Amino acid sequence: MTTQMFGEAIVRREDPRLLRGDGHYLDDLGHDAYAVAFARSPHAHARVTQIDVADALDVDGLIAIYTYDDLPARLAEPLPLLIPHPALTAPRTGHALAPAVVHHVGEPVVMVVASDRYIAEDVVDRIVVTYEPLPAVVGVERAASGQRVVHDGMDDNVAAHLLQEVGDVDAALATAPHRLDLRFEIERSASMPMEGRGVLARWDPDDPRLRVYTSTQTTTSVRAAIAAAFDLADVHVEVIAPDVGGGFGVKIMHPWPEELLVPWAAMTLGHEVKWVEDRREHFISSSHERGQIHDVTVGYDDDGRILALDVRFLHDNGAYTPYGIIVPIITSTQLPGPYKLPNYRVEFTSLYTNTVIVTPYRGAGRPQAVFAMERTIDAIARDLGADRTQVRAANFVQPDEFPYDVGLVFQDGRPTIYDSGDFQASLRKLTALIGWGAFAQQKEQAQADGRMLGIGLACYVEGTGVGPYEGAHVHVETSGRVMVSTGLTTQGQGHETAFAQIVATELGVPIEDVAVTTGDTRRFGYAVGTFASRAAVMSGNAIALAARAVNAKARTVAARALEANPDDMEIIDGVVRVKGSPAEGIPLNQVAVLSNPLRYSFSEAAQAATQFAVPADDDQPPVRDGEEPGLEGRAYYSPPRSTFANGMHAAVVEVDPQSGNVAVLDYAVVHDCGNLVNPRIVEGQIHGGVAQGIGGALYERMAYDEHGQLLNASFMDFLMPYASEVPTVRIDHLETPSPLNPLGVKGAGEAGVIPGAATIAAAIEDATGVPISRMPLSPDELFRLLRSNGTAPLAPLGALGTSIPEPDDQHGGNA
Amino acid sequence: MAETLEQVTLRVNGTTRQLRVPARRLLSDALRHDLRLTGTHVGCEHGVCGCCTVLLDGDPVRSCLMFAVSAEGHELTTVEGLTPRDGDELHPIQRSFQECHGLQCGFCTPGFIMSIAGLLADNPDPDEDEIVEGISGNLCRCTGYRNIIRAVQRAAELLRAAESEAPGADDPSPHGAATTTSVSVPYAPSGADDHDATGDEGSAR
Repeated sequence: MTTQMFGEAIVRREDPRLLRGDGHYLDDLGHDAYAVAFARSPHAHARVTQIDVADALDVDGLIAIYTYDDLPARLAEPLPLLIPHPALTAPRTGHALAPAVVHHVGEPVVMVVASDRYIAEDVVDRIVVTYEPLPAVVGVERAASGQRVVHDGMDDNVAAHLLQEVGDVDAALATAPHRLDLRFEIERSASMPMEGRGVLARWDPDDPRLRVYTSTQTTTSVRAAIAAAFDLADVHVEVIAPDVGGGFGVKIMHPWPEELLVPWAAMTLGHEVKWVEDRREHFISSSHERGQIHDVTVGYDDDGRILALDVRFLHDNGAYTPYGIIVPIITSTQLPGPYKLPNYRVEFTSLYTNTVIVTPYRGAGRPQAVFAMERTIDAIARDLGADRTQVRAANFVQPDEFPYDVGLVFQDGRPTIYDSGDFQASLRKLTALIGWGAFAQQKEQAQADGRMLGIGLACYVEGTGVGPYEGAHVHVETSGRVMVSTGLTTQGQGHETAFAQIVATELGVPIEDVAVTTGDTRRFGYAVGTFASRAAVMSGNAIALAARAVNAKARTVAARALEANPDDMEIIDGVVRVKGSPAEGIPLNQVAVLSNPLRYSFSEAAQAATQFAVPADDDQPPVRDGEEPGLEGRAYYSPPRSTFANGMHAAVVEVDPQSGNVAVLDYAVVHDCGNLVNPRIVEGQIHGGVAQGIGGALYERMAYDEHGQLLNASFMDFLMPYASEVPTVRIDHLETPSPLNPLGVKGAGEAGVIPGAATIAAAIEDATGVPISRMPLSPDELFRLLRSNGTAPLAPLGALGTSIPEPDDQHGGNA
Repeated sequence: MAETLEQVTLRVNGTTRQLRVPARRLLSDALRHDLRLTGTHVGCEHGVCGCCTVLLDGDPVRSCLMFAVSAEGHELTTVEGLTPRDGDELHPIQRSFQECHGLQCGFCTPGFIMSIAGLLADNPDPDEDEIVEGISGNLCRCTGYRNIIRAVQRAAELLRAAESEAPGADDPSPHGAATTTSVSVPYAPSGADDHDATGDEGSAR
């Protein structure tokens, strides 16, 4: 059946446009717009004492210079606190332009509008901002010490503190036969999409209407923020995400200062205004994530069954908390993974530092959670001399225990209840895929050849498809085109294809007839956004429900024309027909004509719906009670709670003891995200996630010095994997459909990245015998670990010099 | 202190284009904003990510590391030059990317395609190591690269097959589209665009 597209690995429909260079990313629009550049704080913490623009005023092409003092009252207020939480007792947000004090390098202080970006940057260079530097707080442990304080008016740096407990941890720990105390650390990284942020605004004073294009993961919420800031009616603000060159979380944060300042400048100047972020700006002015330190105490029995788990962690939230405490909440609640923890206590402190803000990056707190949990399980296995897969299996939630209530409040404020899964089956698939059983022999053989191989695995459970809702509109035009819109946005996930597959299947039309629009408030005004692996679950189901509504309406209209019963009708290949009588049918485009009674005709096809052409039932109005004209449907999907996907990764690595270099030789993934809409797209998501996981394990870190300067704010120095660093990924799927939604799907977008650091760490530990407790791990760090453990040869030592800096000293001490 | 403008003649995708731009204008900006060839993207502006890769006399170069004025006298090919603009034809490299799911957000993709066009012109049958080497100047944050590697292998197959059918076509880069006819399209900016190309009326605003 050509219209049965759900589940098919078809090629993507958006590709030809993007491949031919015909995509429209933010900076491909508005060539005639004025350009914006910012003077940003060079200090991590400082008082702004003077801004002198005198030398900048005669630059040819300068349009305007704005400082905090120029902002209208609403724009001068602190930026919104997007997600308040009772535990976030000291929230702080930044400003569109910094007032008296700056709190991180990169904070915008002066906005320049000029005829082009070159000129705007010339002007920025000529503006002299005088700062009185203040002591900076860098590093989450220094923040916790509270010796220096980031924000005036606070006694310490604690933004939030939250404790959740299931069972009685203290009692269970007291009686546990075995106990370990462990510390696990993950450093900062960032989403780092290839396209940075960008905003283009047009104000039409004649038809008061503001149109804003922004490279965002949520257009409806940006619209709400803009409308509120400028006291405009929602309907007078249009926000559109054009093609977006990747998001990975950073673009769900909003409104960025620039998303308010650029529209304001456009309205003030009566001219199109555009700001396109450069790469350095992205490093120092957008957001980071991952930085956390976890202290774990675990009690367990002789079989490795966890009797009690006590986790305390410090979360570095950077200078402000506009996105609330979502990331540490996710760490807290996703840490149990596939394991039954009868006694679990998790407590975090979220701390201010004079660094870039922290908001979700793909995985959002889960890579840290999985690192802490999986490293703990490996430590238990090591302690007991047990196989790592057996300790995991001993703790798994069993298939007959779903729905399984973890007993914690998830990031959506709802209970953490796993809806489905089969962890034992997943583990069997994974060990088969990676060759777990045969590895010991392989390792031994390699050892005999002087090679150091190791294998590791890590499991995770990922809450996906968080609410509150998404909606969709499906409209069959009289041309037969099926116009589909949903409010959430697209950053490369292939929504034009996956959503069209759902519509083709549900409506019974060829996919060629379906056109999907996302992230355009002109088309669909109610939405939340694309994050938390939620698009397929939320919009996918909303689209399915809307398509079903259209299907039902089409059958009703066609049945009326054919004097048949709607229940006896079906839609096959775009034709509404009587079941069993394929000859008796009306094409969907003609049904669309009939669904909209006309007085005026404008085409031969439309004449069929005019008042003298339609056989009239004089007792009925042309549009029946309870019906609406047009063959269209609108529906919303709002789940009671999140649906929980899960998976497991395993890797084989080779460590070079001479250099500390780690090569990933094999990487296997078993993934269960329920029913797959398009396996090709899901696998692509996993591939990309794994690459980011490997980046987080071995390469990517934000290297701040003690003054709050980001030392590696360029692609020269922040090392993202190239093709040479990413292995082939072998994937096996398990499909346990979600019982929570009509399509039985779960989210898949973030999964690939989540267990990466834990998996690689486990494999390195297996290869070297050295406990790995922090990531990322660079070759020189691993080399030092090996040497301190007596694993590395001493020969190359002389070349390195004798000074071995402590981790805290790593950026300055190596003479 | 209006900027001095240079008269530049560029050969882009087989066509001659005239521009008046400041000497400091990057080739990437000239292509994107003056010639409106926005298929060439800019991801870092410091020569690392490869999104801005174009062919200069058949060799992949970073257009963000080069001034427009420096490109005079060279033959430039951008992603728009791989196929005729008036149809929906895909170049074999583009087709392979679609078949192998070698792209997601698509932002880095034109840069990869141009690097690969250069690679396959030099080496029509690269092994996997040579492919990895050939694309190791391009960053992608979405795909994890393996499907891109498969796409290169597939493109090499397709191009070799096309080659054996039509032994005259030896260069994969200007496949089908770029003609050898030189059409002079004088660059005539208008209205508010003037500052981009001529920079001479900024003060009027």
